[in-house]
Amino acid sequence: MSILQLTSEVYEAIRGHGEETYPHECCGALLGKPGEQGWLVADAVRAGNTRTDSAHNRYHIAPIELVRIQRTAREKGLEIAGFYHSHPDHPAQWSQTDFAEAHWLGCSYVITSVAHGKATITNSFLLAGTTEEDKRFEQETVDVRGDVRGTPREQIDDLEETTSLRTKGK
Amino acid sequence: MTIYIPTPLRTYAGGKDAVEIGAATVSEALNSLTSTYPELRKHLFTNEGKVRAFVNLYLNDEDVRYLPEKENSQVSGKDTLSIIPSIAGGSL
Repeated sequence: MSILQLTSEVYEAIRGHGEETYPHECCGALLGKPGEQGWLVADAVRAGNTRTDSAHNRYHIAPIELVRIQRTAREKGLEIAGFYHSHPDHPAQWSQTDFAEAHWLGCSYVITSVAHGKATITNSFLLAGTTEEDKRFEQETVDVRGDVRGTPREQIDDLEETTSLRTKGK
Repeated sequence: MTIYIPTPLRTYAGGKDAVEIGAATVSEALNSLTSTYPELRKHLFTNEGKVRAFVNLYLNDEDVRYLPEKENSQVSGKDTLSIIPSIAGGSL
């Protein structure tokens, strides 16, 4: 099982976003770098949910917003590591809609369940596989790291270094 | 022009996040890109050779689908083409 490492700031930010937009779904992108066991994420970028027709159970990020997010990531020396959204009053499990609309192979899809306005469980699913035909969601361990400081880029360096030390220590 | 490659496709583009291509149109740029990196083809195009429905192409900040000339739009050296798979979903 792969491990998604999130800084505590990112973890709190995406859960807080879900509470703010409740009863509608929130969405955004996760910026980071690939690590040995999964993505290392040190920044979250909020995006607007364009599905105003059914925002309580659907989300969609405007492609132009993704273009800008990709540009921001590049400027910060980071990559789009994945995306997050919330499930208001629904479990933090991927749905058939989530699966059908998932196209970023190798990226993490983080889902937070928000029950009655309060964020409860946050799960992450790696979109594994090599093509649209063999893609699948694999649940990941979510490791929240409160021990890193600095800019997102510095935090990534810290995550890389400490993860390497942890691995060697095992 | 510069073509920006999204995270999932970098593995099929030599690990690069950006590729410099000399081309006169968007279509020519995509052909050149997939000639250099043939593995990208099946991720970008259907078997019929059309851009997959979930793949968005942005010439600078413009959606290529809505440009008058679409993929035949002319490009210059300073232009950027972003390949962006769509993002959507929902609890039901």
